[in-house]
Parts: sequence; structure tokens; C-alpha cells
Amino acid sequence: MTYLEVRSLSKRYGDFTALGDITLDIAEGEFVCFLGPSGCGKTTLLRAIAGLDPQSSGTIHQKGRDVSALPPAKRDFGIVFQSYALFPNLTVADNVGYGLVSRREKKAAIAARVVELLAMVGLPDAGPKYPAQLSGGQQQRVALARALATSPGLLLLDEPLSALDARVRLRLRHEIKALQRRLGVTTIMVTHDQEEALTMADRIVVMNHGAIEQVGAPQEIYRHPASAFVADFVGSMNFLQGTLMAPDKIQVAGVDFACPGQEGLALGQKVNLCIRPEDVRVRDLPQGIANRLTVEVTELDFVGAFCRATLKAALQGPSAADVAMTADFSSNLIRDLGVERGTRLDVALPPDRLRVFAA
Amino acid sequence: MSSTKVGLSRDDLVMRGGVVLLAALLLVIVGLPLWALLAKGFEDRDGKFVGLANYISYFSTPALFNSALNSLHVAAVSTVIVVPLSFLYAYALTRTVLPVRWLFQGIALIPIFAPSLLPGLALIYLFGTQGFLKALLGGGSIYGFDGIVIAQVFYCFPHATLILVTALATADARLYEAADVLGASKLRVFFTVTLPGAKYGLISAALVVFTLVITDFGIAKVIGGNFNVLATDVYKQVIGQQNFSMGAVVGMVLLAPAALAFVVDRLVQRKQVALLTARAVPLVPKPKPGRDFVFTLFCTLVSIGILAILGMAIWGSLIKYWPYNLSLTLDNYDFAKFDANGWDSYWNSVEMAVGAALFGTALMFTGAWLTEKTRDFHIVRGVVQLLAFLPMAVPGLVLGLGYIFFFNAPGNPLGFLYATMGILVVNTVAHFYTVGHLTATTALKQIDPEFESVSASLKVPIWRTFTRVTTPICLPSILDIAIYLFVNAMTTVSSVIFLYSPDTKLASVAAVNIEEAGTTAAAAALCVVIVLTSAAVKVAHLLADRFLLDRLQAWRRR
Repeated sequence: MTYLEVRSLSKRYGDFTALGDITLDIAEGEFVCFLGPSGCGKTTLLRAIAGLDPQSSGTIHQKGRDVSALPPAKRDFGIVFQSYALFPNLTVADNVGYGLVSRREKKAAIAARVVELLAMVGLPDAGPKYPAQLSGGQQQRVALARALATSPGLLLLDEPLSALDARVRLRLRHEIKALQRRLGVTTIMVTHDQEEALTMADRIVVMNHGAIEQVGAPQEIYRHPASAFVADFVGSMNFLQGTLMAPDKIQVAGVDFACPGQEGLALGQKVNLCIRPEDVRVRDLPQGIANRLTVEVTELDFVGAFCRATLKAALQGPSAADVAMTADFSSNLIRDLGVERGTRLDVALPPDRLRVFAA
Repeated sequence: MSSTKVGLSRDDLVMRGGVVLLAALLLVIVGLPLWALLAKGFEDRDGKFVGLANYISYFSTPALFNSALNSLHVAAVSTVIVVPLSFLYAYALTRTVLPVRWLFQGIALIPIFAPSLLPGLALIYLFGTQGFLKALLGGGSIYGFDGIVIAQVFYCFPHATLILVTALATADARLYEAADVLGASKLRVFFTVTLPGAKYGLISAALVVFTLVITDFGIAKVIGGNFNVLATDVYKQVIGQQNFSMGAVVGMVLLAPAALAFVVDRLVQRKQVALLTARAVPLVPKPKPGRDFVFTLFCTLVSIGILAILGMAIWGSLIKYWPYNLSLTLDNYDFAKFDANGWDSYWNSVEMAVGAALFGTALMFTGAWLTEKTRDFHIVRGVVQLLAFLPMAVPGLVLGLGYIFFFNAPGNPLGFLYATMGILVVNTVAHFYTVGHLTATTALKQIDPEFESVSASLKVPIWRTFTRVTTPICLPSILDIAIYLFVNAMTTVSSVIFLYSPDTKLASVAAVNIEEAGTTAAAAALCVVIVLTSAAVKVAHLLADRFLLDRLQAWRRR
């Protein structure tokens, strides 16, 4: 069931278009991430949904109710900011109970709810402390408990993890996701961290320049990026410049590559042939495998679990040119094949792993 | 451009109502009095419109026009003396290692707690007709240009020093390390790093001193002799000759340089970008015996100068009959002997200062919050901003004069305020509105801007967050504003000199009157009482800040 309907939403500041004609549906209980580089409009969209920075035009319906023109106080949402925005002069318990007090509930009922919420976010003993006495990760959990206290129908998270250090961030990712799944609250999270979006979201909305580039499940976004921007922004991608010679053939520096059949691209058009570093195949290349080339390893960067190799292929077509790309080699592979800087080896670019975008 | 009109929540309505009320209030206590003053300059004594006649007569009367030149001359010379002096002192406080640094810092602030006529009185004791150092002048007279300049240097010194300490304190140690590593000489580092870093502070300090001198009334009144300046001319025209129209014209002439300095300062400050990024490493001076000795000597000399002037006023106030009977007495503190109001004027001052501090602080802080946090509503908020900034550019005498014309006008429903304690409080709050407003705004800008968003999402009324969160967090700044208002209300002479009635005469005004009547000792005694009161309040504030706040606001501790 559709919980949130955003229709033709635009936001303009003078001549600058921060959001252009955004249309988006979010289902009840879904965890959606707005992903994009800074300035892409993801936070603007979140704040428009909250009513904090109203749109210039367009409508928003929440649970069938038109909330487009309602002030924030009349909408139904809880929000967590990157800065946490915890009230520093109130104890953790008072922070969490802040929204409950003004509902004129009984003191005992409020206290019980606060205990429940703090237990839920894993901070059962933090009640009497002040925010300044907690670590960043703990503060973020308190902010989450405060936002959930009034049981809102929609939870908005504005870059909630970006102020935390890497280890805490990883742990909180799982905790937030698990909590969201348990409560079933419809959640929108804004982030510029693609890994965060990929691990947490049910669906990702990739944004750029105030427009939506692609909406889809993490796997789909990663495997089948809809545009060169998405391909480049989510994960790593090699871009090889070439020309579309036939619907399933692209010439790069005079050498033909087989690729999945293309529709909607004109023959003779300049295109980018794309492949992710981990999809470059090295081992057990059968005879006659498509898109085989001999490359030289020019750089080998140790990244821990694997090595990222920079490969240079001397393509011997009519217009000879060097083509560079990166490929991820596992430690095993490097050991087994004795790869080092200057090694020459054969690789293949499997056609089913290639993506083609207009240049 | 089509735009979605977002409905107003109850919060929005309350906030907007508050902003409108504030705009109306500021219009009444700042805008309309100034307007009344402006209009008065175009009327003759009977209130008939005479166009520019008053202005023509002003500029064609050499005696009057000369005062304007005198004012500019005094202000320029005082600025040229004070700014380098303050710069060296501020440099010593921030960039060298001084023994008892806190003491030097405290001594530099002393003049702030005194009415401006105090240095004038002290100079009379030292170099006046019967001054015991008169011989040093070699036949010259302290009354006039020289006396005014010396007293102004004393009076303006802390204001310039405070600005320059702030400017010099914000330095990035890495810039100095970089210059060092690149092998720049000390002098070159000073001219390429230190001075440019303090540039805006220097400009600001110069403009502040210039404005203070031009608009000050107490010093010129006490020690000006026959040397007329704009401030004393306004007083003479209004009180002496009851020529209100000409008083208004002189007031407008007085307003011009002050307003100009203010505008220049705002333009310059706008150019300033944050020199200190979050990643800057604060500069901590390292001991360097030679330099430290020289600056300690310098600070000691300046401090002795300040203490000598204060000490002279205190000593003079305790002496039986200067210069013939130097035995000590407290007789001069029996103010009833010199002024009909006796000690009442002192208690009036305290009452007024407490009133201004309470009423003013509440107004300034709530007002700044309303202007800062109301959504949209840009036009009315803009009006409030403008009216809140205006008082900074308006000399106290000019505002006081405007109050006479506005509140005393026949038919003004607020006329009942005239000649009450109420009008003194209102006038003082208006006169010092800008600094309080700016302090509050700065404090509010430093707290998380999302508190209100969080409250809205939790359906908590915004004023609840104001009382329960915003106000407690800003308590230190709120106290700062209250103390600032109290001290200024105790020491101000200029704006209130036109507005008191026999029942509401203030201590600073009584000191002017007593001095006018020729009793320097009692006037000095009254000034000393004012200094002690405002300094005591400031010390209490510092102690409260240190011990009480720490206990009340445990949440600040980590």
C-alpha cells in the first residue's frame, strides 16, 4: 500500500532549481534511502516532506491525506538530524520524553514509555545522564528514541550516521535497520554514503542535480545502473570510450567488443563501455572467450582484503591506443599467478557484465 | 513563481504576533522619537514649518559651526592616541606572557564602570586651577582641548582594548609556524600576519572611539571650559536657551558622524570572513624574557595611569577642602548637603538600572529569539532588525532629545510616561538595545538550529522549547546582557539628562549638577559610588558565572 505519494514536487530558490518535478511513491513499512552527492537535492526533498522547507510546487500525500500545505507541527513524522539536536540541558530521559509530556499523559505512563524506548535502543541505564556525557553513537540512539517516542507513522533520518566514526557507524547501521524492521515504521534516510544505502535500504532513490536518476532495490541499482551517473556514483566503474558499431558490438580504440544488445542507441554513436573492477575475469579463461585482451599491470594498490590493480591494454587495432582500467584481484589470485607491477596477463570482459551508456 | 502557501500552525501565529508587537514597540521607543527630532529641526519655536531655516542659521553662525569642527578635531586626535595604545595593550594581553595578566586585564576595564565625567574631575584635581600638578602645564590650562583629549583617552581605552583583544585572540598558530619555517623576520611576520589579522578589529576600534568621543557629553561638560563641542551645544541650546528647534538641528549634526561611522563599520565587518576555521590551532604565547619585560613595563605604566585617575577621584572625594585642608573626611558623601535629592538620586539610579536590566534583557532576548526563529515573514522581521540596529548609530543625547519631542508632544497617549522612572528605563533600554540584541542573536545562532524542527515534529509548542531549552542554554549570555545594561544605566549621562524630573534624578545627572554648582569633591564622591556599585555588580557576575552557573548547569560538564 502506498504510504507517501510525492507528485511533481519542485523547489526553486530564485533561478536555481533545487528540486525539479520529483514524483515518487513510498510503500508502508518501507526503508527508502535518498542517495546522492552533496547538493543533489536529497536533503531538500526530505525537508519538503517534513514541511520544514516547503516546496515551490507539487503535492505530498501521506496515508491518503494531502499534507502539502501543512506546517511541520501538523504532519506526522519523527526526525533525527546529523547533529542529533539533543537538548543539552535535559537528561536523556527528559529528551526522550519531550514529546510525551505535552500530550498530557500521566507521569508514570511517560516514565514507563521512556524506559521502554531506552531499552529498545540499547541504553537502559542512560536515563539520568546528560547528552554531553554520552558518546556520539549513544547520542544518536537517544535521538532515535526521542523521534520514535510519539510512534510517528514516518521516520525521517537526515544523514544520521555521518558524524560518527567508521566502527560505530557500521554497528548502528545494523541496529537502525533491525529496529526499523521490528517496528515496521516507514523510513526515509538521506545519505551520501553508497555503502550505507546499499546495506540498509529496501529501495534506493539515487538523485543528482535535483532530479531522480534511478529508483530501485540495492541489487538492481548496483547490477543495472540506469545511467552513467548511477554507474559511477554507486560502486566503482571503468569507463572505456568507444563507438557503437552494431547493436551488440562496440569498438574501442579500433578493437571490437561484444556487448549485450543495445536498443535506443544509434549506430555510430559515441558510447561508454562500462565494467566494474570485480567483474574483470582473469582465471581459467577458456579458448575463444569473448573480449579477451592482454594487459600489463601498471599499479597494484593493496586495499586489505584484495588488491586494486591498474591495467594497461595495448590495443592493436587500426587506431592503436592504450586503454586503462582497474580490476580487483583477490589475494589468492595474486599469490597463485605471482602478479606484481609489470606483470603481463590475459583478462576477459564478460559481455553479460558490460553496461553501455551514451557518452 | 508559483509557490505552495503553507498553512500557519499555532506556533507560527504566536511568533508572528510577537514579531509584530516587537516591531511596534521598537517603533515607539526608537523610530518615532527620532522622527519627532527630525521634524523638530524644520520648525520654528512656535512649531511652524520653516523648511531649512534652522539649518541655514546653524551653518551661518560661526559659534555653532565651530563646535562641529571642534568635535571632529577632538575625536580625531583621541582616536589617533587611543587606538595604538590599546593595540599595544591588547597585544601584550594576548601575545606575550605577562605576570598577573588577569590584573592587567581587570585594570584596563575600570573606566567602563565610571561615568565619563569621572576622568574630567580627576584631571581638575590634578591640573585644574588649584591642581597640585598644575605647574607641569607651564601656564597652560587643562580646561579645553587638552583636558578633553586626556579624559577621552581614559574613557575610551577599555572599549578599544576589548575589541582589539578579541581581534588578536583569534589567531591561528599554524600561520605563525609557517612564517617561521619560511624564515620570515619577526617584523615581517608582524606586518604580514599579525596586522592583517587584526585589520578589521583596528578599523572597528577606531570607529568606536571616534563615535564615543563625538557623542560623549560628560567630559566636555566638566573639563571643556570655553571649548565648545556638539554635545555641549545640544545641552546649552535645550537646557540653557530652551531653543528646542536649534537643539534638534545640532542633534542631527551630531547624528551624522556617528551614523556614518556606524555604516562604515557595518560595511567593513561584512567583508570580514572567518579567519579562524574550526581546524585552526589557537596561538598560545611562549615566554620570551626581553619582549615580556618590555610589555610588562608598558602595561604597568598604562595601568598606573588608569589607577592614578581613578585614585585621584577617590582621594579628592575624601578630602575636606581642596587644596587647603587635605585631611580626610566622609562629609562629601553626605550628598544632601550638595543636592536636594541627597542619596535618593543614587537609589534612583539603582532602581533604574535594575529596571533596565530586567525589562531590557527580557525584551532583547525574547525579541532576538522571535526575529531569529519566526518562519518566513521577512518584511516585518527586516523592520525589527533595522530598528534594533538603529540605536547603535544614535548618540544618547540625540535619542534623549527625540524622547522629549515625542513623549511630551500634546496628544500623545503615552504622555503619561513623561517625567517618570518609566521613561528613563525605556530610554535606557532603547539607547543600549543594539548590543543586547546582537549578543542574544549571536548566542541563539550558536545553538542547534534544528531544536525547533524537532519540537515541531514532536508536536511540542515552540514557546515550551523556548522556556525549557533555549533560555537555559543561553543563560550566560542573558546574564551578560543584564550586566551590560545595569552598568550602562548606572553610568549614562547623555540620554537621560533631558528626561529626569526632580523625583527621578539619577546619580550621574546629580553629579553633573553638583559639579556645575562648583562642588567638585561631592561630584567625585558620587562618581566613586557609581564606580563601586557597577564594579561590584560585575565582580558578583564573574563569581556567579564561575561558581553558581557551574553548579546550576551541571549538564555543561562532560
